[in-house]
Amino acid sequence: MTQINRLSGGQIDRATTLNFRFDNRSYTAHPGDTLASALLANGVRLMGRSFKYHRPRGVLTAGSEEPNAIVELRTGNRQEPNTRATTTEMFDGLEAHSQNRWPSLKFDALAINDQFSKFLSAGFYYKTFMWPAAFWEKLYEPMIRRAAGLGSLSMQEDPDEYDKGFRHCDLLIIGAGPSGLMAALTAGRAGADVILADEDFTLGGRLNSETFSLGDETAANWAGQMVAELSALPNVRLMPRTTVIGAFDHGIYGAVERTGDHLATLPAGKPRQILWRIYSKRALLCAGATERPIAFENNDRPGVMLASALRTYANRFASSAAQRAAIFTNNDDGHRTAADLHAKGVKIVAVVDIRPDAPINYEYEVLAGAQIVDTKGRLGLTFAEVKLSDGSTRTLDCGALGVSGGWNPNVHLTCHQRGRPAWNSDLAAFVPGADLPPGLSVAGAASGLMSTHAALQSGTEEAAQVLELKGSLPDLPDAEDAPVSQTPFWYVQGCARAWLDQQNDVTVKDVKLSHQEGFRSVEHLKRYTTLGMATDQGKTSNMGGLALMAELAGKSIPDTGTTIFRPPYTPVPIGTFAGRMKGQAFHPTRLTPSHYWAKERGAVFVEVGNWLRAQWFPLPGETHWRESVDREVRQTRASVGVCDCTTLGKIDVQGTDAADFLNRIYCNGFAKLAVGKTRYGLMLREDGITMDDGTAGRLAEDHFVVTTTTANAVKVYQHMEFVRQCLFPDMDVQLISTTEAWAQYAVAGPNSRKLLRKIVDPEFDISNEGFPFMACGNITVCGGLRARLFRISFSGELAFEIAVPSRYGDALMRRLMSEGEEFDVVPYGTEALGVMRIEKGHAAGNELNGTTTALNLGMGRMVSKKKDSIGSTLSEREGLNEDDALKMVGIKPVNTGDQITAGGHLMGASGPVDAAHDQGYVTSAAFSPSLDSHIGLGFLKSGDTRLGEKMRLVSPLTDLTVEVEIVSAHFVDPEGERLRA
Amino acid sequence: MIINHPLLGSRDSSEFVYLGDASLIDRPDWQAEHAAEAFYDYAYLRDNPAGEHRELWFHEGGDRSWLVVTRNTVTHEISKVELARDVARAQGRSK
Repeated sequence: MTQINRLSGGQIDRATTLNFRFDNRSYTAHPGDTLASALLANGVRLMGRSFKYHRPRGVLTAGSEEPNAIVELRTGNRQEPNTRATTTEMFDGLEAHSQNRWPSLKFDALAINDQFSKFLSAGFYYKTFMWPAAFWEKLYEPMIRRAAGLGSLSMQEDPDEYDKGFRHCDLLIIGAGPSGLMAALTAGRAGADVILADEDFTLGGRLNSETFSLGDETAANWAGQMVAELSALPNVRLMPRTTVIGAFDHGIYGAVERTGDHLATLPAGKPRQILWRIYSKRALLCAGATERPIAFENNDRPGVMLASALRTYANRFASSAAQRAAIFTNNDDGHRTAADLHAKGVKIVAVVDIRPDAPINYEYEVLAGAQIVDTKGRLGLTFAEVKLSDGSTRTLDCGALGVSGGWNPNVHLTCHQRGRPAWNSDLAAFVPGADLPPGLSVAGAASGLMSTHAALQSGTEEAAQVLELKGSLPDLPDAEDAPVSQTPFWYVQGCARAWLDQQNDVTVKDVKLSHQEGFRSVEHLKRYTTLGMATDQGKTSNMGGLALMAELAGKSIPDTGTTIFRPPYTPVPIGTFAGRMKGQAFHPTRLTPSHYWAKERGAVFVEVGNWLRAQWFPLPGETHWRESVDREVRQTRASVGVCDCTTLGKIDVQGTDAADFLNRIYCNGFAKLAVGKTRYGLMLREDGITMDDGTAGRLAEDHFVVTTTTANAVKVYQHMEFVRQCLFPDMDVQLISTTEAWAQYAVAGPNSRKLLRKIVDPEFDISNEGFPFMACGNITVCGGLRARLFRISFSGELAFEIAVPSRYGDALMRRLMSEGEEFDVVPYGTEALGVMRIEKGHAAGNELNGTTTALNLGMGRMVSKKKDSIGSTLSEREGLNEDDALKMVGIKPVNTGDQITAGGHLMGASGPVDAAHDQGYVTSAAFSPSLDSHIGLGFLKSGDTRLGEKMRLVSPLTDLTVEVEIVSAHFVDPEGERLRA
Repeated sequence: MIINHPLLGSRDSSEFVYLGDASLIDRPDWQAEHAAEAFYDYAYLRDNPAGEHRELWFHEGGDRSWLVVTRNTVTHEISKVELARDVARAQGRSK
């Protein structure tokens, strides 16, 4: 197909021809085109179907405010729905599809909805799909979901990279039209660090769309020269294709740079889009203004456009929607469009101006005091019907109709911190209000200054003012300075199916209906009618809706108010917000010192917080994880096992008040702990609930090593710093997290001492007498390597924990394995660790679950009453100390083989099973190879006095009932003989 | 948000962890006559002002200082940033 509606001139590179496809048909375009301009040039006006009625729709605007021409761009896993054709930069090989139509854009089956529009009015869903309730999920919702919606997702993973970055500047200028360019020049020449961001791929804003001159240059040439000068300034950074999406706190702006959207293929490793966080000392909004339409009957046909868009397509993109055009306006700017189109050879059928005193023109007809009252054309405009000032009607034969209802300053970003815009009755538009985000100023059309001269002047003046520049400012070129002349006019009287919001199919009739039904607040109007929702957020439609609503309520527009503007200014792909933080990179992965060794052994890993820990080490022939875990437990209890416990938090506590400090953070006493000894410590929250547990070893009078659980390492460190800095600021104590500095391994089992004897240097006595249970100390291993040894046991066996500097962790593990061969040493993972601690009755995260107290855990007497510690006072509250308080118990099935399920609740042996008869619950469960039975830990009311009692373990959700016996939590070696051996 | 750290200058709020009301510094005396009631108030009762709020932030991604930040909860304007340790000392806390 040839470019039948291509005009002369424009900022396109005719020397190069680009091929693109729309709905599987091939077309040609030129560099500088957008998808919308190229389609128009090729004679394609129909670009989509509307949301609700599936009406044929074309392009309305030439910018990011576009409600209609939204397409699915690219194909396969790069398919992106709801892309605005008006901002899609043309590249060779571009492929796009129209949306929301079936089977084709020209014949859409659901266009039948349009015939039933009477029933599809505002609030249709709320009114119609009410009952029967059962129909909602099964019938109504699937049906509505199929029919509604715009584009579709590829349902495949997006293969492209997105990135995030940070930038800093003295002055961020948002928008590179006349005011933005002048502001950048003023600030740039003065030496300030400037960022000039604009959503368009060509800087210059409306200057690229106009035919007037600035000084001796055409507007576009002048803009080009400015950009050239600014590019040469090292302190000015130009950011085209960058939309500033939000004004956040303290001068921080969010911006999305589309670095790759205009390329057929991305260079390897380059991101498609970058989300910038721009830290600005000051910011200047030069975002210009958006033209608004006038509503009239059937104003949504392809070919009906904003007049300024028609002008942009003609002047900048050298394309037109048709060869015959009409203009419908309430202001002088509409006449400028007519003149420009006429100069380009487009036949101006008539300019329909609602004002009786419309300017006269001798080259084409001006119909003063007239209005467009209807249009015709099935898939695009063919005729427009005009009601003349004398009441008679006339039909205009035209394929394009430019509509101008005046201009709205782009105040969006000025309202991002709950500021409200102010009404300007001269412009009949909202302008930025008084309470702007701190540090933000506004210049040019965005501030309500509508002439080019005023924009240039305010750009330079605002920049000078915010930067407090002294001396002379850049000279301004001569530019048009026409006053705004318009008569506010929102919709043609008597119209009903006149579209206010084309994206959401909201008509004048819908707004009237919502008023009739009592919706008075603009926010309610928006939600009820969906006016101003979805991808364009009502950039072209809100004002019309508001004006109509104000009129119906008999109020002024400013009294009616606006809905709240929220970031982002234009839609942002979720991928851009995610950046590189997706998949494996969603959070950092922490590897233990023995990780690569464990990987070689074929370990199965589990994520614990950010850590990857070995869960078990399967051997060849083992087909079920239980086989591996059971073996690891048996072998450890029979001989010796090794487990990496580096992930437990380690906090180094030093200072003359170190012991006193631990006395405050642990509920049990630490002041009298001897040097060379370790003690179990229980930390409470201030409300008396347990926070965490671990051990503290005293390596010297003023030096302790505290361990925390893996999960709470970060939180406990934070808490300890809080206690140190905020509660006891004069204590002589210092804290540092050494979790990653030391590789630490548990060596457990009856042969653990024999194994360690081969590792620990001979001058250190690790016999039971020389290094008894709960001893700790600095030692050396393997011939002089500094190490720490703790005789602590989580498994209940004779056990040690040995720590070496992390970089030796891998070597130590390999040494333990090779030296342990004669003892049949086994590495064990977190599963075996968990089984053994349940067998031993040690509480862990499942028991320290944020609801349990020391009393519940059977450690009530540990809470010292002789000292002040965090949580000790509130742990004494009556409610936490009732006679039938929950106590930790062991649980065994009555019938061998029955399974214990964590999360199950304990009920009496007979009687009802309901919440009122709930007596406790199971927190941990495992199969115990040592007992050859499933076992569990849990909490039971007065559990400590109920050992031997038979109960039912129930889980009504999974229909589970198991007969269980309440036993001591210490299943293995209750007297603790093994660990003291 | 940007927090003007008294020692390190202006830092992005993403380096910090928020805790809450700075009244957590005023931990009651455990041996005082109505200690239980005082601790109950301390642990559970907070003001929720629309306006100036003194609150604790922890510079976790930095020097691990606890800070008392005076922030307007309506506008997010930060009018004062102090080291929590200095605040605690000024309020008579010691060992």
